[in-house]
Amino acid sequence: MGERVVAIYPHPDDETFGKGGALALHVKQGDTVTVVCATLGQMGRNMGKPFFANRESMPDIRRKELDAACHALGVTDVRLLGLHDKTIEFEDPERVAGMIFNIVQELRPTRVYTYYPGHGVHPDHDALARATIQAIRKLPPDQRPVVYASAITRNRIEACGEPDVVLDVSSVFAEKIAAMKAHRSQSEASMKRMEADIEAHPERKEEIEAPFKTERYWIYQVS
Amino acid sequence: MKAINANDVQSLLTAMVDTDVYLHLETTNGSYAALHDENAMSVCVFIRNDVIRFERASIQGSGPYRVGLKLPKGWVYATGLTDYEVNDRGELLLAGHDADGRLAVGLELSRHPFRE
Repeated sequence: MGERVVAIYPHPDDETFGKGGALALHVKQGDTVTVVCATLGQMGRNMGKPFFANRESMPDIRRKELDAACHALGVTDVRLLGLHDKTIEFEDPERVAGMIFNIVQELRPTRVYTYYPGHGVHPDHDALARATIQAIRKLPPDQRPVVYASAITRNRIEACGEPDVVLDVSSVFAEKIAAMKAHRSQSEASMKRMEADIEAHPERKEEIEAPFKTERYWIYQVS
Repeated sequence: MKAINANDVQSLLTAMVDTDVYLHLETTNGSYAALHDENAMSVCVFIRNDVIRFERASIQGSGPYRVGLKLPKGWVYATGLTDYEVNDRGELLLAGHDADGRLAVGLELSRHPFRE
């Protein structure tokens, strides 16, 4: 039997940048994959380049981008929690954990992807990761999924050790890039920079693309 | 959004003087500012759907622009504004975008509440 995977992140694009490869690989292997997106990223600062989004159109635009990106990764089950971007840490932690608990109870995942609590950099990343761990803790120990956590702080190696999983996602590079491009409002500037770099230095193509072909995860022990 | 036309914005602001309007005000340098530059702090201010009433409104500068709203007992202002739009819900959106099109500051006013 395949894995039941639930990826729990606060913003549209968190499931893609740095993790889209793993999710696409799960889909290819026949695992069931659900993406839980807690907010609509309505406070995003990137508006496209040239900018086409604004603060009020952003939630609708990013909702559509999320669907398109998940489609590119092969993920068809996308759940929204309806929270507001950049506010999760100010919500009642029990309430947020309860929302996640309902989902893990329903889906009974064998593996959960989220940020590494305290190493997510963005306050929403940390708050949702803490809520996710809190929700998992409510499950009996033998029913708890393995937590694949993303640590993105500068001191992550020092604090969390080397990543437990270094995943080669080059076989789904095309899917991952398509998902990144689907998050157009957020990725357009950086994708254009990357494409210009490759055009200017075709001999460095491999080197420029390399960071997107490997993903790193830490197994977070829920105690 | 398009580049600010100061006369147009002034008219839109003047039309809201002495009425209750919903305010959205924000500025941010991004949640990753401190990750990308050790010497930087991530700074953000966010107010949404507070009701204000101003007795005077003025746009100043030659771009980027400054907008100040004089309240009976205080002030609201934003600087660094570059672009504006009145959207299909009739909300006046003013924003300051950097060279990469990222939003650095936003001031929005509406007679109806902004979406939650």
